[in-house]
Amino acid sequence: MTQETLLIGLAGVLASAAPVVFAVIGETLSERAGVLNLSMNGTILLAAMGGFAVAYTTDNILLGFLAGMLIGALVALVVAFASITLKQSQVAVGFVLALTCRDLSYFLGSPYMGVPGPRLQVVPIPLLSDIPVLGTLFFRQDFITYLSFLFIFLAWAWIFRTRSGLMLQGIGEKPAAAYIRGANVTLMRYVYTVIGGALIGLTGPAYSLAIRAGWMGTISGLDGIGWIALAITIFGGWNPLRGAFGAYLFAFLQWLGLVLQPVLTQVPSQVLQVAPFPLMILTLLLVNIGNAEWVERTLAAMPESTRKFFAKLLRAMRASPPAALGVPFISRSRKRVLGGLYRRICARGRKLRAVFVKY
Amino acid sequence: MNVELKNIHKHFGNVHANKGINLSIPSGSIQGILGENGAGKSTLMKILSGFIQADPGGEIILDGKPVVIHSPADAIHVGIGMLHQDPLDFPPMRALDNFLLGQSGGLFPNRNAVARDFRRLAEQFDFSLDPDSYVDSLTVGERQQLEIIRLLWLGARVLILDEPTTGISASQKSKLFVTLKKLAGQGMTVIFVSHKLEDVEHLCDKVAVLRAGELVGEAKPPYTTSKLVEMMFGKVITLGARQPAQGGNAVLSLENVSLEDVRLKIRNADLEVRAGEVIGLAGMEGSGQGLFIRACAGLVRPVGGRIILNGRDMTGKSYHAFKRAGVNFLPAARLEEGLIPGLSLTDHFILAEEPDGLFIDRAIGQRLAEERIKSFNIRGAPHTPVESLSGGNQQRAELALLQDPLSLVLLEHPTRGLDIESVIYIWGKLKERCRSSTAIIFISSDLEEILQYSDRVLVFFSGKVSRPLDAGKTSVDQLGQLIGGKNWADMGEAYD
Repeated sequence: MTQETLLIGLAGVLASAAPVVFAVIGETLSERAGVLNLSMNGTILLAAMGGFAVAYTTDNILLGFLAGMLIGALVALVVAFASITLKQSQVAVGFVLALTCRDLSYFLGSPYMGVPGPRLQVVPIPLLSDIPVLGTLFFRQDFITYLSFLFIFLAWAWIFRTRSGLMLQGIGEKPAAAYIRGANVTLMRYVYTVIGGALIGLTGPAYSLAIRAGWMGTISGLDGIGWIALAITIFGGWNPLRGAFGAYLFAFLQWLGLVLQPVLTQVPSQVLQVAPFPLMILTLLLVNIGNAEWVERTLAAMPESTRKFFAKLLRAMRASPPAALGVPFISRSRKRVLGGLYRRICARGRKLRAVFVKY
Repeated sequence: MNVELKNIHKHFGNVHANKGINLSIPSGSIQGILGENGAGKSTLMKILSGFIQADPGGEIILDGKPVVIHSPADAIHVGIGMLHQDPLDFPPMRALDNFLLGQSGGLFPNRNAVARDFRRLAEQFDFSLDPDSYVDSLTVGERQQLEIIRLLWLGARVLILDEPTTGISASQKSKLFVTLKKLAGQGMTVIFVSHKLEDVEHLCDKVAVLRAGELVGEAKPPYTTSKLVEMMFGKVITLGARQPAQGGNAVLSLENVSLEDVRLKIRNADLEVRAGEVIGLAGMEGSGQGLFIRACAGLVRPVGGRIILNGRDMTGKSYHAFKRAGVNFLPAARLEEGLIPGLSLTDHFILAEEPDGLFIDRAIGQRLAEERIKSFNIRGAPHTPVESLSGGNQQRAELALLQDPLSLVLLEHPTRGLDIESVIYIWGKLKERCRSSTAIIFISSDLEEILQYSDRVLVFFSGKVSRPLDAGKTSVDQLGQLIGGKNWADMGEAYD
């Protein structure tokens, strides 16, 4: 393999990781605020289909991307409403949405199956693209890949460097304490869930209008990306930089599978294609193994130097989730308002049931 | 700032938590608010700090001007800051980020300037706080200090402290008191909420006593303890005399036990506990006593040494093996580790019994629950979910769940947050156990409790364990010095 083909291959890794980067950053923002958006896998498919359909119909790529973001934002709004306002289980709501959106995308997308549509073009950045090595890697990409680079740093700076980001961390960690310090927890959770959803929505057209242009229904190969992105969010310790690293690792493993195929002819090609998934899961296990009690017990029985080494290693890798992730927050003064709303909904439900029974 | 509360009422459903409270607190004074658990102290303070709103008709007047406080953010805006009993901070974040979080201003905070303010304030009150340290590595006392300087930085001129002396060491307490006196001297209004008489007597310029939602009276120094107790409870209560144990056989022996976790190490601790004996573990939060008691319960495996229980070597055995051998552990976090929220008292008693067949006999459970509720004086019904019981009643329920007979009971902060009446009741029950030759090891941050109820005391200081001290010959002062790490050399053959 020449240096040039290697570089182009690695540049391709950066490009093909871009959609996963958006999903991971979106999920990170949402979970940092304490809302687990489990609908991601379905959202990505629906946004890929919707984004492609809009771009195809209007012949405007930008509108396609916007449509994808809108779809993501709307699905996230459902998650937010169900979990924040109605205090329902985020897991149940998110999971059902993931399945529904996936099937909805196959159903609604059938008219666009296999039709050739618009595709995002590579735009080399003048001057920068002529830098040896770095130019090929980073500056001969399409617009959406540049955007993914930008968002990694924006999201990181927002969470860890700004005043609002500090409050975001607080809302996910201990909402009661954030409320004391003046945060409107409910509103902020809505805002971050919806923004996060829009980013997750961007993942869809990033595939269907760029990396894997077109809509192929069930054989689009996008089913499962959302779950992997969810796993990478955890692996990334709710930090955009670490999360992006996870996304690149995943894309790299996929690329490696393709490159190695001609070399490792005795290994069935399916094994190499599927390998990145169990590898990601293995990584996750390793990162969080320090939390298990049996590990602690086993370590206690080992000699001192081994114990020290493992304790240090496990602590360095361990990332703790936002403490209030998935936990509803009810401030005293709002309880009454929400309770009233809830009672009204229940009363309406009873009335409806009465009507049904009657007829 | 002068604070005046006029005709404050608060209803929670049918419960009348505050009944027409009128109280005026002049600027530059330390006002004590005294009352047993559930007397309405916390409700009143939550109203003043904007956490909840009073029923219409009441007034809060600051420096002669009536104010309306809708939220904690409003409260700090008008200059009222509250230090909550469980620090409302963010443990995985750095102290500086905690300090900064919630301050209004531009998008990018100037961390250097903020760190300068932080250091200046910390220095002013002689707090040794590092802005770059993580809050989960700080003690409860240090987290309080962080919260105090934060509230002052945000411009608080009224500081409310809710049970601030729970869970902090004696030296941190004396530092806190010095700080509060200094603040009052600077014209701040300090409101000190507590059920601990000695703290209030020591510190406050004026005390208001609440009982069952009403302000029953105010007192000024010199205070008479018996008078205050009578106001709090409506009757006279006295502590019994110390009851030393008779020596029995060795129940538990630790031989050269070494323990470690990510934060500290205990090296070569030795202890022999006899039947019917009470051992108190004293030390600042996180000095190793929690690790030690968990090792005695089989929850932590020692990295060296042997644990022998009733003559059997139990080193490295699991918690369940310890439990079968007659050891029960009641952790400090009652609702997280001790009881199961959502289940009723009856459910708990059924769960604690040996299973008899696959199906639950509700009738027996009901009978059992009624019997235990009566004998342990729990204020609740068999069907009451445990999380709706008060702290004291949860603790009684936990005691009622202990196996019988037992050779060793391990207790972590058995009376934290409880009023004196519950404390006396719980220790009465525990001493009953001792008479039937059960040994007790307990952790407490209340040094007087340790000296009152234990036979011998172990002191912990950052992983160092003292030799057992005779509780009858040790004073609160000595103990206070030791847990602060002073005078260890004078103890003769102290272990490290």
